Amino acid sequence: MSSILAAGTRAPNFTLRVTPDQNLTLSDLRGKPVILAFYPADWSPVCGDQVTLYNEILPEFHKHGAELLGISVDGVWCHAAFARDRHLHFPLLSDFEPKGEVARKYRAYRASEGVCERALFVLDRQGTIAWSYCSPIAVNPGADGILDALEKLSNQADAHGHLENTSLAK
Amino acid sequence: MAILKIPVSQSDHVRGPAHAPITLVEYGDYECPHCGLAYPIVNQVELSFSGRMRFVFRHFPLSEVHPHAEIAAESAEFAGAAGMFWDMHDALFENQSRLSVATIFMIGAGLGLPQAAMRHALETGQYKDKVRSDFMGGIRSGVNGTPAFFINGLRHDGPYDYASLVSGIQMRLAAEANS
Repeated sequence: MSSILAAGTRAPNFTLRVTPDQNLTLSDLRGKPVILAFYPADWSPVCGDQVTLYNEILPEFHKHGAELLGISVDGVWCHAAFARDRHLHFPLLSDFEPKGEVARKYRAYRASEGVCERALFVLDRQGTIAWSYCSPIAVNPGADGILDALEKLSNQADAHGHLENTSLAK
Repeated sequence: MAILKIPVSQSDHVRGPAHAPITLVEYGDYECPHCGLAYPIVNQVELSFSGRMRFVFRHFPLSEVHPHAEIAAESAEFAGAAGMFWDMHDALFENQSRLSVATIFMIGAGLGLPQAAMRHALETGQYKDKVRSDFMGGIRSGVNGTPAFFINGLRHDGPYDYASLVSGIQMRLAAEANS
């Protein structure tokens, strides 16, 4: 099993397509915690689906002021159809061309199958990886690890008096 | 192995003897087809361990993909306040294939629940917090989809057919007897 980028590492910056005519650059989100959820493919079965689960928990992520980004090698039109079908309220990024380039930077690419690992990264407000986890490809990792990491970040920010208003909003 | 982080308490819906040696907790969604499949199996498991098992159901509605899941869960809570949680629970699963707002109200009427009060509770989201609290407790215990089962506080990671659930329970009991 490849080992993904670990806590303490600076998160590699990237710009990826988020819709057919829009890009998203990671560094534009500096100042907020960011959750990167790499996943193998759109359209996996509904009930145990990671993306569907995170969509339901989005308000909890937002309580910490955090942004969630889903990333796979699927193309923008595929993402658009998938997001519409599942009523997703967070962006899906397309690591499509060059294929898997961003996933490779995070060491979260499975070259043999040509898909992203099921890998999670929580970045702090300065863009450093605070927590990362790579799940067996067939296992939905749930969200408890992400929430623990976000809570730690919020507590640290609190201690430093940097807590943003957004994270206080209930 | 995932552990049930929220212990069974007063605020849970429990069926079976309070001091049963086996506690089966399910996180489920009334509109999830897999939970629908698991429903008769759980009933069968309860029968097999009758008198020795208590069953706890907690809500884990995936509302964005199951549009009636939340209102069904809140209806079960409304029925629960009148002491009829399990009647509503059973009826919701038994009518899963035609679950709709109309069906839910029909079930409520069939149980003799006051319709105006039920409508009010659902419109004002009286039980929203309770359902959300079940859901978040599930997230904290590593629930990643439905149905998710915990046997005496430990997640059952295998399939949920009858034989797998029964052997999961027996193995848990054996492990506890040896510890």
